[in-house]
Amino acid sequence: MQKETSARKEFTKGLLAENPALRQMLGLCPTLAVTTAVTNGIGMGLATTFVLVCSEVVVSLLRKVIPGSVRIPAFITIIASFVTLTMMLVKAYLPALDEALGIYLPLIVVNCIVLGRAEMFASKHGPALSALDGLGMGLGFTGSLVLMSAIRELLGAGTLLGVQVLPSFVEPMLIMITPAGGFAVLGVLIAISVWFEQRNAEPEGRPKGVPSDTLCAACPIVCRVNDPHRVNCADGTLVEQLRRFEETVEQRLAEAEAANEKGDER
Amino acid sequence: MAQYASILFSMILVNNFVLVKFLGICPFLGVSKRFSSAVGMGGAVTLVMVLAIAVTWPIQQLLVAWDLEYLQTIAFILVIATLVQLLEMALKKFMPPLHRALGVFLPLITTNCAVLGVATLSVNEGYTYPEALVAGLGAGLGFLMAMVIFNGVRRRVDEANPPEAFRGMPITLVSAAITAMSLMGFSGVVDHLFGA
Repeated sequence: MQKETSARKEFTKGLLAENPALRQMLGLCPTLAVTTAVTNGIGMGLATTFVLVCSEVVVSLLRKVIPGSVRIPAFITIIASFVTLTMMLVKAYLPALDEALGIYLPLIVVNCIVLGRAEMFASKHGPALSALDGLGMGLGFTGSLVLMSAIRELLGAGTLLGVQVLPSFVEPMLIMITPAGGFAVLGVLIAISVWFEQRNAEPEGRPKGVPSDTLCAACPIVCRVNDPHRVNCADGTLVEQLRRFEETVEQRLAEAEAANEKGDER
Repeated sequence: MAQYASILFSMILVNNFVLVKFLGICPFLGVSKRFSSAVGMGGAVTLVMVLAIAVTWPIQQLLVAWDLEYLQTIAFILVIATLVQLLEMALKKFMPPLHRALGVFLPLITTNCAVLGVATLSVNEGYTYPEALVAGLGAGLGFLMAMVIFNGVRRRVDEANPPEAFRGMPITLVSAAITAMSLMGFSGVVDHLFGA
């Protein structure tokens, strides 16, 4: 019984509470780049989901075999193999999508969601849970891509999935499908998710459902886990955590600078 | 000569990696708060991009010769990751001043999508070796430029007082949108100037 609930939890957490793009702010590059049309969003999301599930399962199966010191290169190799597989499949069966996604398809390799989940989840859990985690995260990512591309396609071209939706007298806002529109829409979507979080926060200020290490996962510093300098993210709102993260980056840079100055004196 | 200038400027202005192609967003948002770190990061990315192209372009020729093109992604990412590690060691040993300036940023860009992106892009575009190197340089300089411009914008934004939900990342993204808009005016300029 308990096992069942934990399995469900691993699956559902990626959909909303720990949504990779909107909550953890992972994988922002593809989120911004390919979301000019809903079909691209769906294609990119499903391709990433496939890579996530497969690589999480393989990493999880090999987690006791891979030595800790070389785990990151090993994970990257596993992920890159599945990305190559995905590229071949897409090229063979969906050439139009391949054309539309261009260089962003091979760049799934460096999508922080995939490496992040391999490192944070799959290397510590069994294959079944890892598959569920990958599926949840992947679908959550797909969901945010679809939402974002729907907004941009609707406002920018007046269509959805290529079908004209807005009446023809509404002039499409071309800015929405330009890069600038991408940044703006993502900014507003994240602001909305923060607003919901603040509204749902309990009176004493502790937010519901925000995992303590959400921000460590979002940390773009490459070491990410098992790092002595890792930010100690206690509970707090996402905004608070972001502020703390930025402070830590500053602090690390200051530390490095101080170390350099010492080096100069010598 | 004209084709090199055309590639260089189109990489910096028209196809700017951060503001038009959305590659390397993490360091762009994470390290742009202070001027010195923005410049340091930009310099490190430029250096790594040129070196990455210098290494991956010949590798691609080998892969093509041996009929192994499907290994491109795996080969590139591993080579780039190794290259960054080696570069850090080499700088530390032989050029301590440069290591002091860029060393902090090198580990951050081991798996940076902008670096892998420029390597993949120059293969897809079918550039010759010198053209690919110029493209790498242009992409790096474009990244540096975006970092510096955005640092200026951000320092102004930090003093502003947006609605509470917009504080932090959201307002940063919205100001990035406005910064990206400033580059839209350049589309077509480079083609027109160099007749490419």
